[in-house]
Amino acid sequence: MSITAERASHTYTDLPRLMGLMTGDEKHGPAATSTLDVLWVLYDRVLRVGPQRMADPERDRFLLSKGHGPMAYYAVLAAKGFLPVEWLPEFGSYDSPLGHHPDRVLVPGAEIGSGSLGHGLPLAVGTALGLRAQGLDEPSVWVLIGDAELDEGSNHEAIAYAGPAGLDRLHTVVVDNASASHALPGGIAARFEAAGWSAETVDGRDHEALYAAFTAPHPGRPRVVVARVEPKNI
Amino acid sequence: MDTMRDRFAPVVSRLLDEDPRVAVVLAEIGTDGFAEAERKHPDRVINVGIREQLLVGAGAGLALTGMRPVVHTFASFLVERPFEQVKLDLGHQDVGAVLVSAAASFDWPAGGFTHMSPGDVALLDTLDGWTVHVPGHPDEAETLLRHAVGAGDDRVYVRLSVQSNQRGLAVDGARFLTVREGRGGVVVAVGPLLDAVLDATEGLDVTVLYATTVRPFDAASLRRATEAAGADVVLVEPYLAGTSTAAANDALADAPHRVLGLGVGRGELRRYGTVEEHVAAHGLDARSLRERITGFLAGAGARVRS
Repeated sequence: MSITAERASHTYTDLPRLMGLMTGDEKHGPAATSTLDVLWVLYDRVLRVGPQRMADPERDRFLLSKGHGPMAYYAVLAAKGFLPVEWLPEFGSYDSPLGHHPDRVLVPGAEIGSGSLGHGLPLAVGTALGLRAQGLDEPSVWVLIGDAELDEGSNHEAIAYAGPAGLDRLHTVVVDNASASHALPGGIAARFEAAGWSAETVDGRDHEALYAAFTAPHPGRPRVVVARVEPKNI
Repeated sequence: MDTMRDRFAPVVSRLLDEDPRVAVVLAEIGTDGFAEAERKHPDRVINVGIREQLLVGAGAGLALTGMRPVVHTFASFLVERPFEQVKLDLGHQDVGAVLVSAAASFDWPAGGFTHMSPGDVALLDTLDGWTVHVPGHPDEAETLLRHAVGAGDDRVYVRLSVQSNQRGLAVDGARFLTVREGRGGVVVAVGPLLDAVLDATEGLDVTVLYATTVRPFDAASLRRATEAAGADVVLVEPYLAGTSTAAANDALADAPHRVLGLGVGRGELRRYGTVEEHVAAHGLDARSLRERITGFLAGAGARVRS
């Protein structure tokens, strides 16, 4: 089966089955799917990317910083034809390109390897700077992080720089499943707003709300969308 | 004489003019030298503030888009503090950059241990695929900076220091140079320690090799030197003692040999003062070096005679 032939048939409703190829179960708890709706809306409606465009300098860049629990990410990449569905069942095995944290060198469509928390946002800042320096004005840069990942200080170096630097092509999605033991004082959006970002908090399961938040204009400022989902520990 | 660091901004500013892939990333330190370049290339001279994790991460992000980032601050804040960014954002992401450090092992002794980085090269040795240049003179620094930036998408470290030899040699960014030939041992002098090694070995029957590119380690030149001079090897390095001992052993693995690794000691001196005082405290002045080198080579003779 060719990648493109299968892609055409995949919709949002196929994602549990694709994840099931990795987890052995089509039913998934909130933790495994916390990023699923965000990823789907981005890849289905927002990102200007595609399996044939990975060498195109004009493509959007999506950096998955929260590399833990990448099943939803691999399922979306498979659904969109970046990688073959046949790879999914071997998830995590020695010969599989699909690890429990993604490796950009091995995974078609992955812009970065991740796993150690707090690396994606600084890399995204540099990516935005690199595109600007080359006069590539069209591509947007997206990075997905988790609410507990915000504990890492490297994020705060990036947040504090990107706002004043006016990196308006930079977009951060914080998937908030309340997993941080010590939540950010004042809330996540406020942390970004204090650094000059445009910020919005939405229901991370509501596709229309996500789409609206992802596509709202934010001239001169980087944008953060906090996508709230079910708490991890309930 | 000007310093290697005085050459850094002018050389890289010219490279910014010549090559649109080049970008400079700074964390406050060293921004003054790039004021004019920043006016000419506002999008390619980037100061992220005092944020060293972001310094390396953003440099790597630039590389992900195809740029050639030159990332600069003091060695302790470039290699040690953001070491995981060096390991993952560059190595694991499989992108390149040129890291250019200043302050070296003890360029600012009065600044104390927080601004000393004798372990930088040893740390990079835990990673794969790094080229490490240790110039011994501002002219060599200029040459090696150009080599580093021009090295495709390689990961390259350039270690600048205020320590310097009196004159620069024609270094090529790869090989050791043979400075003196003898038959009773090989002394490898790294970067700014060449003058002290030449003074220390004056009148001794030893070969002196001069190394300004230490990684990859020029095993072929060392092996060749030992053919005539014998396989007693002394390494004299301006960073942590023994950093290249394993590389020298590997180069000579198929022959009986002895290696003495001299360099900066591991122990924290907790002293301020001058560079010269720290050189002497670590036994890297010409007199101490001569004593240690002759002692080691005499030991070889005793072993052979017994």
